[in-house]
Amino acid sequence: MAKTLFEKVWNRHVVDKVEGGLEILYIDRHLIHEVTSPQAFSGIRNRGIDIFRKEKIVATADHNVPTQNQHLPIKDALSRIQVDALKNNCKDFDIELYGLGHPYQGIVHVIGPELGITKPGMTIVCGDSHTSTHGAFGAIAFGIGTSQVEQVMATQCLLIERPKTMRINIDGEIGEGIFAKDIILYIISKLGTAGGTGHFVEYSGTAIWSLSMEARMTICNMSIEMGARGGMIAPDETTFRYIKGRKFAPKGADFDRAKDYWLTLYSDDEAIFDTEHYFRAEDIEPMITYGTNPGMGIKITDQVPEAEQVKNPEGLKKSLAYMGLNPGESLLGKKINHVFIGSCTNSRIEDLRIVADFVKGKKKASHVQAMIVPGSRQVQEQAKKEGIDKILADAGFELRQSGCSACLGMNEDKIPKGEYCVSTSNRNFEGRQGPGARTMLVSPLTAATIAIEGHVVDPRAYLLEEAGV
Amino acid sequence: MEKFKVLNSSVVPISVEDIDTDQIIPARFLKATSREGFGENLFRDWRFDSDGKEKAGFVLNDDSYSGKILVAGRNFGCGSSREHAAWALYDYGFRAVVSSYFADIFKGNALNNGLLPVQVSEDFLAEIFKAAEKETSIQIKIDLESQKISIPKNGISEEFEINSFKKTCLLNGYDDIDFLLSNKKKIEKFEQQHLEF
Ligand code: SF4
Repeated sequence: MAKTLFEKVWNRHVVDKVEGGLEILYIDRHLIHEVTSPQAFSGIRNRGIDIFRKEKIVATADHNVPTQNQHLPIKDALSRIQVDALKNNCKDFDIELYGLGHPYQGIVHVIGPELGITKPGMTIVCGDSHTSTHGAFGAIAFGIGTSQVEQVMATQCLLIERPKTMRINIDGEIGEGIFAKDIILYIISKLGTAGGTGHFVEYSGTAIWSLSMEARMTICNMSIEMGARGGMIAPDETTFRYIKGRKFAPKGADFDRAKDYWLTLYSDDEAIFDTEHYFRAEDIEPMITYGTNPGMGIKITDQVPEAEQVKNPEGLKKSLAYMGLNPGESLLGKKINHVFIGSCTNSRIEDLRIVADFVKGKKKASHVQAMIVPGSRQVQEQAKKEGIDKILADAGFELRQSGCSACLGMNEDKIPKGEYCVSTSNRNFEGRQGPGARTMLVSPLTAATIAIEGHVVDPRAYLLEEAGV
Repeated sequence: MEKFKVLNSSVVPISVEDIDTDQIIPARFLKATSREGFGENLFRDWRFDSDGKEKAGFVLNDDSYSGKILVAGRNFGCGSSREHAAWALYDYGFRAVVSSYFADIFKGNALNNGLLPVQVSEDFLAEIFKAAEKETSIQIKIDLESQKISIPKNGISEEFEINSFKKTCLLNGYDDIDFLLSNKKKIEKFEQQHLEF
């Protein structure tokens, strides 16, 4: 019978089917970090059991870590306790930890792929909703709660209901100045924050296949923002090229054998999805969010909607009050004080290159604080090697050390109350970047352009100007 | 895990859609390494201003509403996977959340912690909001065995869905890990034929 990519991978991992439609699903890789693991470790201790397959777990410290002076002890006592707890737990249970100071440390969804840990056909989980990022490689990857972290620690399995399948097709050519972030913000603005609930999404179509691995990760990363369990893209030559030669990638004949298997991972022509959506790449333009969930996005040249134009006028009113915006208003020209470039959505080397290419020889607007936080130590080092650090410094951007940073404001990188922050992260929820902070989600190029101009602008206008048009 | 059979309680209504887990418990309060104590910061930024003073007008600060059932708008618990959201609701004293739609991860997290997510129709949800507005101490009954939620005073009720395995777990206070651990032999056997590329 014809199968979807999702079904091919899922079926290979089913240990058993249980009453009520639940299945025991085997997990190939378990990524853990300091915030959602401590209670799972205590659970294991309380049960008096050991971790079942330690070699399948990789740990890093990312959510809580400072992005300056990482060699010094963490100042915030609670953060320090959590990071230390991870260190001690990993030591006690003999788990590989890429902790603070380690050359492989970084945001968990950045380091998995860059180390070649993430591979097609795998099942990957982490106590973090953006685990969907790894689906860009044709893996089934999704976020789990701490009780499930404990389940996987105890048995390398999850007891779980099989999600429904959805395919999102995007055909056509993506325009100049438009990036993966714009594509996914566009999709979420169309489908809404619950549009994918209960589903596992496959992204498909010529526009998707033309993307780099970094861009594919950006798309899969934000699947959760439309409520989907995860997102995935069938692996192809772009995928194999990315994996080859990475630290934990298979080598030599092993790689070829793996590739033979990976090549079978695609949705069969006759495969049936529970839901399908179609979009045209030509309809997508640079996007920006105006509200307090990622579904509240518009083309950067459009106006904030009026109450009559939305399904939930109460929600719109509440969001706009929080954001200090009015219905029908254009965001173009809006003064912005903070620009954050980072997070597991857009902190890979490709994102830094896009920013550096654009800001080279320019200066940020004087009232803007522009912070750029690489996703990992390796990205940080690579940026140095390419001279990106100098370009950014000359433009007045602050290049920090790796971590989640102002994506969720658990460390000291917070946006002050009431101020606007144009951000390449994935969530514009109330208070996400600090109590009262007002977040607008955009692509790295849009963020860089706004940092230079000091207010919201369409990056394409700038590109045209540069080209002398 | 605590058993869940029948719950009779007044409700705390929050008629807001898309309540994300960052609102339920903001990230800066996730630094504890145990499961207890998160209730203190439940809905922190809706409940308190930046000086820690209670915000008038938010329902948790309104003495006329209390109870073990939270009633909320569509798509409750979206966003971050943090199980701390379920812990905070439980720690505060809630034992059930009623909404017309739940985000997947939240639903799973709630079930794993003895907090029952009850998904009802939009109409029934509107009925509860209306009833609670009219009478702040209106009683709601949730019977897990018969999968029924009712407003006894108005004589209306509705059935809700729950996975049968999860239902058995809740009724008996078991958790998934106990079950998975009892399947270890099968898992080991599976591993012998499972190739990882
Ligand atoms: S960067 Fe943000 S979204 Fe990504 S893992 Fe860290 S906190 Fe979560």
